[in-house]
Amino acid sequence: MPSAAGCDDNQRSRQKERDVFSGVIVPEKPDRNAIEVRGVSKRFGIGENAFKALDNVSVTIRENEFFTLLGPSGCGKTTLLRLIAGFDFPTEGQIMLHGQDIAPLPPFKRPVNTVFQSYALFPHMTVGQNIGFGLEMLGKPKAEVKARVDQMLRLVRMEALKDRRTSQISGGQQQRVALARALAPSPKVLLLDEPLSALDYKLRKEMQSELKRLQTETGITFIFVTHDQEEALTMSDRIAVMSAGKILQVGAPWEIYDRPADRFVADFIGETNFLPGTLGAIENGRTTVTLSSGAMLPATLAEGYVPNGPATIVVRPEHARAIREGGDLRGQVENIVYFGTDTHIHVRLDDRNLFTVRQQNSRSRDCGFVVGDAVGVAIAPDGAQVLKD
Amino acid sequence: MARSFSVRAQPGFTTVALICFFLLYLPIATLVVYAFNAGTSIAIWEGFSLRWFHQAWNNSQVIDASIRSVQIATAAAILATICATMAALATTRTRAYRGLTAKYAFINAPLMVPEIVTAVALLIVFSRVKIATGYSGLGYLILAHTAFCIPFAYLPIRARLEAMDLSLETAAADLYATRWQAFRRVTLPLLWPGILAGLMLAFVISLDDVVITEFVKSGGQDTLPTYMLGQLRRVVTPEMNAISTVFLAISILIVTVFFFISRKRDV
Ligand SMILES: Nc1ncnc2c1ncn2[C@@H]1O[C@H](COP(=O)(O)OP(=O)(O)OP(=O)(O)O)[C@@H](O)[C@H]1O
Ligand SMILES: [Mg+2]
Repeated sequence: MPSAAGCDDNQRSRQKERDVFSGVIVPEKPDRNAIEVRGVSKRFGIGENAFKALDNVSVTIRENEFFTLLGPSGCGKTTLLRLIAGFDFPTEGQIMLHGQDIAPLPPFKRPVNTVFQSYALFPHMTVGQNIGFGLEMLGKPKAEVKARVDQMLRLVRMEALKDRRTSQISGGQQQRVALARALAPSPKVLLLDEPLSALDYKLRKEMQSELKRLQTETGITFIFVTHDQEEALTMSDRIAVMSAGKILQVGAPWEIYDRPADRFVADFIGETNFLPGTLGAIENGRTTVTLSSGAMLPATLAEGYVPNGPATIVVRPEHARAIREGGDLRGQVENIVYFGTDTHIHVRLDDRNLFTVRQQNSRSRDCGFVVGDAVGVAIAPDGAQVLKD
Repeated sequence: MARSFSVRAQPGFTTVALICFFLLYLPIATLVVYAFNAGTSIAIWEGFSLRWFHQAWNNSQVIDASIRSVQIATAAAILATICATMAALATTRTRAYRGLTAKYAFINAPLMVPEIVTAVALLIVFSRVKIATGYSGLGYLILAHTAFCIPFAYLPIRARLEAMDLSLETAAADLYATRWQAFRRVTLPLLWPGILAGLMLAFVISLDDVVITEFVKSGGQDTLPTYMLGQLRRVVTPEMNAISTVFLAISILIVTVFFFISRKRDV
């Protein structure tokens, strides 16, 4: 358990990091590495039927970091967590914990705890016994276990339910117990496998900030799995986007959102418009693209982009405006969807592609268009990017 | 649910159900009633009396056979349940592999092999062993009973294991429990109702066995069922009814006790 002073230090260094982030400069990280995954592959089955759940994955997770694995169902998130926890072994590659290869350690010797997707609370024990289980297994004296259990109960605000059976508490409370149980032995790293997916929207929001608070208070490295991009963006220090057993991009939320490495990432995180176009001359990672309408736009190129033939241009809905006259593209309003804070206008472009524009709402006026209106789309300068397919 | 399909709404359901109940329970009811007959007939009612219970109680052969039955059943049930628990753990806590189905079949073979075949086979083997070792105690019967009780103990235990969330054991391992600690603290307590069910089933099956016991027993090793079988060949008095009634009462008692234990254990 880190001391209060340790917590403060930790918070201060995170704050510094964030200040640097807002200046959009990737900072030098003084932090040590908690987990290093080196060239890890995992195959299930043998021979013809072999299935590669993880394909040469390398990623480094820093100490005290809230690190998120984000990706669609079946992309290998749980598999990676299971390898780190020791429930399964990599076919190839190494996993290091604080610089040491943990391959020879069985799960019960790894200072890593898991919050399971199904919670996996012991149904024959009370809330208190569940939370104390890890410490008891570590052979801690009774008094210490009791004190720590009480402390954890306070941390997750469950003092009143200590002696309840785990079948007699609500889903959100079970989630907290699972969290407290995993935190009680003060692991070096906490693995959370979609811990919030079973909760309803409001409770999920509540638990999100609760998790964030717990991570800051305990200073433990969190590796958090989700397939909810919003959850990933709001909670994480850094995100790894995964697809089909590979890590496509690792970066801070803003990097993932504003500088997606490829088309998959752009499509998976937030809403995106894809437009066909041709590239002009490339200079310093910038170029001019010609759209099907003949409009020319300045655009940035994704890192490592190698131009070959026609390209796909990516524009976020909030980087475009719907206007009556002119615009980079012309089309017809096909649908208008009201979202409270903003309104989405779906435009059927003259080249038959669909384009979504997001417009901030205001109380004094509506979006100004009705379905069927002729409309122009103006793309913000710097709004267009060219990405790898 | 009221409008959904229900067999109970099918024509004739009640009639068939009633007939089945009568066929099942009428003979048993008759048997119990005549255990209290004052006369010596098992078919003509001559008034109420407890004389046959008395007689059975004072019949040293009955008491002897009962004690032996319980001894054998207890030993066999415990041994069979231990074997069955290990077998169930070995066959469920593993990835599916070629030969696993064969293993299931092997464990459950005693359910499929005709009892008389097992009985004759055991008779032949045990008679050789008896000659070779000179030992002729209850061991043979206990061993034989254990063998055919294993599948009965195995089934409920395996069912319980398969219904159990595997991630519980994973969670225990994650929380620093060694394999043995995880078994002791998590698997075993959750498996307990299944083990009790297996134990009880094995006990009742062993208590009830006639064929194999008849073949394997040495002289003077009658169990209650084989003793009763022997008696039936001579004169049938309501004493048989009295013994059967007590037998029945004990069985019902075991089942009831088990029911309450398992319900309390079921979280
Ligand atoms: N034991 C196994 N044997 C064979 N294939 C497996 C096994 N475990 C996982 N897989 C496969 O590996 C892939 C990755 O599985 P994994 O559970 O890691 O996905 P995930 O990213 O956690 O998905 P979800 O979001 O649905 O939980 C899946 O296609 C899955 O079918
Ligand atoms: Mg998963």
